[in-house]
Amino acid sequence: MSQVGLSVQAMSEAIVVDGLMKRFGENTALDGVSFSVAEGEVLGLLGPNGAGKTTVVRILTTLLLADAGRAEVLGLDVVREADQVRGSIGLTGQYAAVDEYLTGFENLEMVGRLYHLPKAEARARAGELLDRFDLTDAANRPAKGYSGGMRRRLDIAASLIARPRVLFLDEPTTGLDPRSRLAMWEFIADLADGGTTILLTTQYLEEADRLADRMVVIDRGTVIARGTADELKAQVGGQRLELTVRSAESLPAMVELLRPLALDEPQADEQTRRLSLPVSGGAEVLAEALKRLDGHVREIVDVGLRRPDLDDVFLTLTGHAAEEAAPTDQPADEAVAAGSTR
Amino acid sequence: MTALALTVSDSLTITRRNLIKVKRVPDLIVFATLSPIMFVLLFRYVFGSAIPVPGGLSYAEFLLPGIFAQTVVFGSTITGASLAEDLQKGLIDRFRSLPMARSAVLIGRTLSDLCLNVLTIAVMMITGLLVGWRIHTSIGEAILGVLLLLSFAYAMSWVMAFVGLLVRTPEVVQNASFIVIFPITFIANTFVPIDNFPAVLKTFAEWNPVSAVVQGARTLFGNVVPGAPEPNGWALQNPVLYVFIWVAIFLAVFVPLAVRTYQRTASR
Ligand SMILES: Nc1ncnc2c1ncn2[C@@H]1O[C@H](COP(=O)(O)OP(=O)(O)O)[C@@H](O)[C@H]1O
Ligand SMILES: [Mg+2]
Repeated sequence: MSQVGLSVQAMSEAIVVDGLMKRFGENTALDGVSFSVAEGEVLGLLGPNGAGKTTVVRILTTLLLADAGRAEVLGLDVVREADQVRGSIGLTGQYAAVDEYLTGFENLEMVGRLYHLPKAEARARAGELLDRFDLTDAANRPAKGYSGGMRRRLDIAASLIARPRVLFLDEPTTGLDPRSRLAMWEFIADLADGGTTILLTTQYLEEADRLADRMVVIDRGTVIARGTADELKAQVGGQRLELTVRSAESLPAMVELLRPLALDEPQADEQTRRLSLPVSGGAEVLAEALKRLDGHVREIVDVGLRRPDLDDVFLTLTGHAAEEAAPTDQPADEAVAAGSTR
Repeated sequence: MTALALTVSDSLTITRRNLIKVKRVPDLIVFATLSPIMFVLLFRYVFGSAIPVPGGLSYAEFLLPGIFAQTVVFGSTITGASLAEDLQKGLIDRFRSLPMARSAVLIGRTLSDLCLNVLTIAVMMITGLLVGWRIHTSIGEAILGVLLLLSFAYAMSWVMAFVGLLVRTPEVVQNASFIVIFPITFIANTFVPIDNFPAVLKTFAEWNPVSAVVQGARTLFGNVVPGAPEPNGWALQNPVLYVFIWVAIFLAVFVPLAVRTYQRTASR
C-alpha cells in the first residue's frame, strides 16, 4: 500500500493499519500487518489462538503502542490523537470488562458518564440498551450474578452507550453456548445494518462468514490471506460440489456436463460412485449444476455443496501452506481490491 | 466543559463506583472497622499493663494516636490492591479505552479510599473514647490532628497506587507492601516510647515519618504529659510540619509517576 494511496483513501476508510509491528520480548506478536476497513463495513479478523488479533485490536483502541507502523481510526492517528480516537470508538475486549459489584444499569450509566454523556442521557441510553440486550430483568442486580452470556451482552452494551462510529469486538462469542452465540450474531448484524463500522476478531470461520463483508486472516503476526468469504474459501480450495450416483457408468458423462462449473479438474471415484468438483458461488452453482444435469436427475442419489469448515481453512492456510506464504500473498491482495467494491 | 471540570467529574464518577462496591461488599467495611477496634482493645488490655509510659500518662492516651496512624498506613494497601484487581479484571482496559481524564481512575480511587479512612478514624475515635482515651485540646487542634492523619493516609494511597499498578496482583501488593509497612509502623513511637531503642533503630524512629504522624497526633489531641521533655531531633520537635513535608514529597513524586504508569499499563 503506498503512502499516497493512504491519504487519498483516508476519507472513506474508517480504519487504516499500515505495517504494524509489535514485539513482546523475544516474541514477535505482529510482523508488519496492513489492512483497511471502509466506513460502514464489517471486517472479520480471523486467526488461530496467538495469531495477534488481540494485539491489533489493542493498538487500534489506544491501549498498546506499536513498535513500528501506524494506525488511524476515522482519519485520527491512534497515538498522536488518542483522546479523539477514544471518543469515537467502542471496545468489547476478549474478556468481559464489567464491574461485578455494580448492577447492569449502574455499569452502563457509569460508562455513559465517562463518555461525557449528560446524566439524563446516560440513564436513558442505559435503559434502552438493557432492553435491547434482553437484560431488563437483571438490570438492578449486581453483575456478579450474571451468566457468561449476560456479561458479554452487558459488555457490548457498554461499548455502544455513546453510539460509537467504529466498534471493536474481540472474539465476542468465544465461550458462549450455541443459543447465546446466535443471539449475539443477530445483535451484531443489527449494528452493522445500522451503519456502524465493525472490526470483529474471531477464531470461527462460520462467524466471520455470517457477519463480515471481508476478512483478513492472520497467523503468527502476518496476514496470510484476505478477501470476501467466498474468495477466501475458493482460495482455500474449499467449496466443493459433491454428487453421488447410482451407477459408476454415468460418471464420465456427468463430468463433462459439469466441467464448465469446476474451478479445477473434477474428481470422479468409481468405487464410491462419487463426483467431486471445486466450485465457487453459493446456491447459484448448485442450481446451475442441477439445470445442466436435468436429464440425469434419476441417476443422482445425493447432491450438495460442501463448504470448507474451520479445520479445512486453517489446515490449508496455516498448516502446510505456511511455507508458501509468499505466493499466496499476491492473489490475496487482488482479492482485497475485488472485495472492497462490495 | 474545561479539562479541569472533566477531570473532576470523571474522578467523582469513579469515586461513586468504588463506594458502591464498599456498600455491596460488607466484608470491606467490617475489615476496615473491626480490625482497628480489635487493635485498640488488644493493645489497651493485653499490652497496656506491661508497657510503661513516661510521665504517668495512661497507656490508652498514649496508644490511640499510634493505632490511628498504624491503621491508616496499613489501610493504604487497599488502594494498591484494588487497582491491581481492576487491572486483572480488565476494567482498567475498559477505562483506558474511554475518552475520560487520564488521572481520573487514580484520583477517584484515592478519594474513595480517603472516604473509607474518614469512616475508619471515626470508628476508632469512638472506640478510643469508650476505653479511656480523651482529647484535651481545642476543637481546632483536634480537627487538625484528624487532617494530619488523613493527609498522610492520602499521600500513602498514591504511593500504593503506583505499587499496585506495577505489581498487578492484589495478593502480592498486600504481601509486598507489608515488607515495608511493618518496619515503618513498628520501628516508631507507635506502640512504645522510643527512648530505649538501640541507637540505629532510635535514629530511624526519630526520622521516620510515621513517628512524626503519631507525635503530631498526640500533640494535637493533647495526649502528652504537660511539661514532659522535648523529644530528640528536629522531626519530632516539629512533627506537623515534618509530616506535611513528607506528604508534599510523596504527592509530588508519586502522583505523576502513578498517572504515567496508569497510561502505559495494559492488563496481562
Ligand atoms: N502482554 C503480553 N506480553 C507478552 N506476550 C504477549 C502479550 N500479549 C500478547 N502476547 C503474545 O503475542 C502473541 C499474539 O497474542 P494475541 O494478540 O493475544 O493473539 P490472539 O488474540 O490472536 O490470540 C501471542 O504469542 C501472545 O502470547
Ligand atoms: Mg485474542
